[in-house]
Amino acid sequence: MKTITREQVAGVLRDAIPQLAFDLPADIEQGLAKAAEREESPRAAEVLRLLRENARVAHEDRVAICQDTGSVWVCLEAGPDVAVAGDALADVDEAIGAAYIEHNLRKSIVKDALFDRANTGDNTPAFTEVKLVDRSGARLHVMLKGGGSDNASRVVMLTPGAGKQGIVDALLACVREKAANACPPLIIGIGIGATFDKVAGLAKHALMRPIDEPNPDVQAAALEQELLALVNATGIGAGALGGATTALAVRVETAPCHIAALPLAINMGCSAMRRATFELQ
Amino acid sequence: MLETRKLTLPLDKDVLKTLRAGDACTLTGPMYTLRDAGHIRLLAELDAQGTDELPYGLEGQAIFYAGPTPPAAGRPFGAIGPTTASRMDFAAPRLHRAGVVATIGKGTRNTLVKDACVETGSVYFIAVGGAAAYLAKCVESSATVAYDDLGTEALRRIDVVDFPVFVGVDTTGADVSDQTAGA
Repeated sequence: MKTITREQVAGVLRDAIPQLAFDLPADIEQGLAKAAEREESPRAAEVLRLLRENARVAHEDRVAICQDTGSVWVCLEAGPDVAVAGDALADVDEAIGAAYIEHNLRKSIVKDALFDRANTGDNTPAFTEVKLVDRSGARLHVMLKGGGSDNASRVVMLTPGAGKQGIVDALLACVREKAANACPPLIIGIGIGATFDKVAGLAKHALMRPIDEPNPDVQAAALEQELLALVNATGIGAGALGGATTALAVRVETAPCHIAALPLAINMGCSAMRRATFELQ
Repeated sequence: MLETRKLTLPLDKDVLKTLRAGDACTLTGPMYTLRDAGHIRLLAELDAQGTDELPYGLEGQAIFYAGPTPPAAGRPFGAIGPTTASRMDFAAPRLHRAGVVATIGKGTRNTLVKDACVETGSVYFIAVGGAAAYLAKCVESSATVAYDDLGTEALRRIDVVDFPVFVGVDTTGADVSDQTAGA
């Protein structure tokens, strides 16, 4: 059985960090282009023009798309036909620290949230997890998550009686209160189900799915479209200056849950949604 | 086509009076970058000196809520863009009353900040979040003024040319976010 090693994981990350920091994912770039085509507000059109021009400058000059080069989230996902060495994530921080320094990216991590807010100086530690799945092979999900959009996120423990309307109301409240801070047009990750701690993970994983790939489940895909239409009907728009596109996509992931529960997590993703999945060969 | 007002920094309060929420502008001249940790430190310094006389030449200036990346591509910063302004709402009213005439960030401001804009004839500008590689091309030079130990959060004086912004809150307290259905 093939074993995933620390060297393999670190090697992928050393290349992944600059790629994500400098190159806007193709699905987001296409989403911005489509939004620009349908935008009628002059202010939002100007914001979309600047965002697309920004992606070009970052790509060509090898500079960061956004000054907030994020906290780094790494999820090692492994299937039944691979083994994962217990120390597979042991070199993650070393690889990330080296990449942030070499590529002149911003260091945005402090040592302790409350007791020591001194900058660690190399953007580590990363926030990591290992996920065992049924799909064969192994892959690394990597996201550079901006602080402003993460701050605009929330977990709401709804009750079963609230139902779909409860989810709609909570999402629109979050969008009205926080979208302007999260750098719209947004990609919104929605987790529904599981437990208090796991629902936020569902929302984060939802952000990994490209915006041109609807949920394979028909009901979930329909909900994604319905929520997107409602979010865009707020008129908040690109740059929160009024416009047709407040979000490029809403991605929904659902899960089983307790009979008493309807957990909801909303993870806001900004217009520079820097994430990619790398297969581990 | 968007009509754009060309403004020169430091900003003249008579000019600020003519701006309206939603106006597109460009800024040319010096501004200062400062964000979360720097604001906490600046207010502590004002407390310690016992008056709100602004240090570091901040009187009459604009504060850009930003923490840039290190230099890259031959420019002072590889990327520099606005951070969420509401996190600095705790400090903005006091700094406006002390003499800061404009702030630049992203997102919405609270009522106390808007009231301070009206009272002091100051404005809040919105820069485009996520356009930081583009905005870095508008920065000609940068010098660290204070708080160097804060890294990206240090107080810097930067010189910008044709830096694009929109008026978020004007001197009448009008707020561009009230012009969208999402307000």
